[in-house]
Amino acid sequence: MKIVKHSFDGVIVGAGGAGLRAAIEAAPHMKLAVITKLYPTRSHTGAAQGGMSAALANVEEDNWNWHAFDTVKGSDYLADQPAVDILCKEAIDAVIELEHWGLPFSRLDNGKIAQRRFGGHTVKEGESPAFRACYAADRTGHMILQTLYQKCVSMGVTFFDEFQVLDIKIEDGICQGVIAYELATGDIHIFETRAVTFATGGFGKIFKVSSNAHSLTGDGPGILYQKGIPLEDMEFYQFHPTGIYRLGILLSEAARGEGGILRNKDGERFMERYAPSIKDLAPRDMVSRAIATEISEGNGAGPDSDYVYLDLTHLGAETIKKKLPDITDFVRTYVKIEPIEEPIPVQPTAHYAMGGIPTDVYSRVLSDEKGTVLPGVYAAGEAACVSVHGANRLGTNSLLDIVVFGKRAGQSMVDYVTQTKPNSISDSASDDLSKKIQNLIDKEHTDEFSVANIRKDLQESMEENAKIFRTKETLEKQTEILEELRDRYENVTIFDKSKVHNSELVEAIELDYLLDMSEATVASALARNESRGAHSRQDFPDRDDTNFMKHSFAFKKDNTANLKYKDVELGKYEPMERKY
Amino acid sequence: MDINLKILRYDPESDRKGHWENYIVDAEPEERILDLLHKIKWFEDGSLSFRRSCAHGVCGSDAMVINGENMLACQVLVKEVGNPIKIEPIRGLPVVKDLIVDMEPFFDSYKKVMPYLINEKEPGDRERLQSPEDRDKFEDTTKCILCAACTTSCPVFWTADTYVGPAAIVNAHRFVFDSRDEGTKQRLEILKDVNGAFRCRTAFNCTSACPRGIQVTKAIEDIKRETLLNS
Ligand SMILES: Cc1cc2nc3c(=O)[nH]c(=O)nc-3n(C[C@H](O)[C@H](O)[C@H](O)COP(=O)(O)OP(=O)(O)OC[C@H]3O[C@@H](n4cnc5c(N)ncnc54)[C@H](O)[C@@H]3O)c2cc1C
Ligand code: SF4
Ligand code: FES
Repeated sequence: MKIVKHSFDGVIVGAGGAGLRAAIEAAPHMKLAVITKLYPTRSHTGAAQGGMSAALANVEEDNWNWHAFDTVKGSDYLADQPAVDILCKEAIDAVIELEHWGLPFSRLDNGKIAQRRFGGHTVKEGESPAFRACYAADRTGHMILQTLYQKCVSMGVTFFDEFQVLDIKIEDGICQGVIAYELATGDIHIFETRAVTFATGGFGKIFKVSSNAHSLTGDGPGILYQKGIPLEDMEFYQFHPTGIYRLGILLSEAARGEGGILRNKDGERFMERYAPSIKDLAPRDMVSRAIATEISEGNGAGPDSDYVYLDLTHLGAETIKKKLPDITDFVRTYVKIEPIEEPIPVQPTAHYAMGGIPTDVYSRVLSDEKGTVLPGVYAAGEAACVSVHGANRLGTNSLLDIVVFGKRAGQSMVDYVTQTKPNSISDSASDDLSKKIQNLIDKEHTDEFSVANIRKDLQESMEENAKIFRTKETLEKQTEILEELRDRYENVTIFDKSKVHNSELVEAIELDYLLDMSEATVASALARNESRGAHSRQDFPDRDDTNFMKHSFAFKKDNTANLKYKDVELGKYEPMERKY
Repeated sequence: MDINLKILRYDPESDRKGHWENYIVDAEPEERILDLLHKIKWFEDGSLSFRRSCAHGVCGSDAMVINGENMLACQVLVKEVGNPIKIEPIRGLPVVKDLIVDMEPFFDSYKKVMPYLINEKEPGDRERLQSPEDRDKFEDTTKCILCAACTTSCPVFWTADTYVGPAAIVNAHRFVFDSRDEGTKQRLEILKDVNGAFRCRTAFNCTSACPRGIQVTKAIEDIKRETLLNS
């Protein structure tokens, strides 16, 4: 295996919204490399549809404190309130900055940035739905990704495209660099660097039906988890109410923000029963549970009574064309129905990881529940957990999170690099990875231990046992299944032994991270004997503030996780019952 | 039902040139071509290589030639292309392995047209204003996902890979017609070049190839007109 060595002051792993925003901040101040397994513009930020919230007050009176209130309430009081304040306050400048860099937001007649309604966002702490989501039709993420990449191109940022980071070297608690695999050649690259930001996105591929890209396999969290860094709040995984039936392709909440209605098989607007005040615009955890309940009570539509309808037929062709062009095209392409005329079959789809690599508000990675900072290592975006989303993220707050905390990661890298001297990484730093790869190449391929078969069983079992509703029984069952899958993974084999674009080899290593993410998720879920936000235990249906107003920290231990806890940082909002 | 896939394969480590391989895959009419490629890769022949990520037509990874036309494999269903299905890598860019081509020349052309907002004026602390009408003028070209389907369907590009190609022009258009941008002169200067917009012979292949429904040929015509008006 050829080994190539590079030296940089800072490295950013990932070129989605979070990684690119960090790069823009850091690049002018250091020798910086952005390493990304996909071409930057292929990152899943580009799939985001509905919008990005900020209290610009372009349509009606608004205030970032209301945004903060909604975020905290939406989080089921698990978000850290000082972090939420930062998110909502800095949101305004973050949106304006993107506009200045060229982001083509949709506009109001007066030329200002257009804003729309979204789930869980209200004015005056719950009075009525708020026009807060800034958007560019239903391709807001695409525009953010393009704009940030364009900015990086104009700055001459150095990219290593289609390089996959697969290891980090930390010695005596100090980061020495990262090791990457070059997809086009199979060469190993040692990146000597003292500051690394992980912005590798989510891990929705632990479930079968998901809105996430094939590439979202939790690499960043996995790499750190294997080095003993904990993962925070892994039991909180968001299921978006409206995925296209069976495919999981997302139909943005913007559809309901613009007036779309959910209906059961009888055409009933069932959300009126579950959230009388804001109905279809209730937060995602509630709507997903409502749909799952409708289905389990026999109110689902279709031959297997396993979906409900998203009805847009009353919105009119003009609104649909102007404001929801892409998602209605998805329906035409993949379901072959005309959403202007017919309601769309939908079911909840695995969507967003609230949990991830623990960080403080400066995007510095924490190595334990006491808040010890791991010097030189940062994380931002969906891979990280600050925590601003707590037990349930509000729509539009992730695009915000990636730019606000992506920027902060970049700033922290600059601070660290200016205060420290370059270190040196040893030539043997890549030995572990080389060995791992050589093992995969040497082992003879068998179907039983193929990547795809193990992954399929993982995704199907997680879907079955650890999705919207969970119980001690389903989680214990899944723990056993995960143990078996881990045993099988120890013998995983690949058919392709080539060097050039060996994506099977890469998928084999990604499967390791998917197993890690699943193990941490299930262990954390099993230990949380309450229901809060997206984590819904049928055997513990109530929220338990006395015992569980705390973040979980899962440490890798053999094939499961050791759990520790950290208190939630409260602020001006006292926990109350979450009703809408 | 059984679908017969013929895939043009090339392994740089063992082949001197590409060769066709046949696969029979059991598939539903509603499945995506990408799903079929995955079935082969995951359960039959792990060495088959192609790019993909989002699986629903928004990331631009999997443009390929399907039954002679450029498409995204994740955006076409089995029932739309018939049986058998012939799949080849997109043309005009060097093939690296199987359906994977070298995208560097494509991105180099993209970078040539200064694909970023140019405006030296201090914008103040609020957004720049833009009327919905002005915003509409470049709406179509903001949709580009840089999949290269257009450029690699262009007969001019096949014979002259120095031509910047439709995708780069689309991305220039996105800024030239943005009322906030002030880089029009510089960009048009670049596109006036022998390898710029005037190489286009309006074959319209690009427009039919674009998976985002962008009026690519029209965008090129807009740029040609703007260049003439500005000179
Ligand atoms: C369909 C959909 C719609 C959404 N809509 C909205 C919305 O309207 N509003 C909102 O706020 N949020 C939305 N979200 C959520 C939001 O889009 C994501 O959470 C966010 O974009 C994640 O950004 P990121 O930068 O963290 O990661 P990503 O954009 O996923 O980027 C990850 C990057 O990491 C790289 N990478 C990963 N692993 C490695 C590795 N090992 N080595 C090198 N590089 C690596 C990838 O190449 C990629 O560049 C949506 C999500 C989905 C799936
Ligand atoms: S214009 Fe269309 S075909 Fe060309 S690169 Fe952009 S999205 Fe692809
Ligand atoms: S996989 Fe993203 S466009 Fe096809």
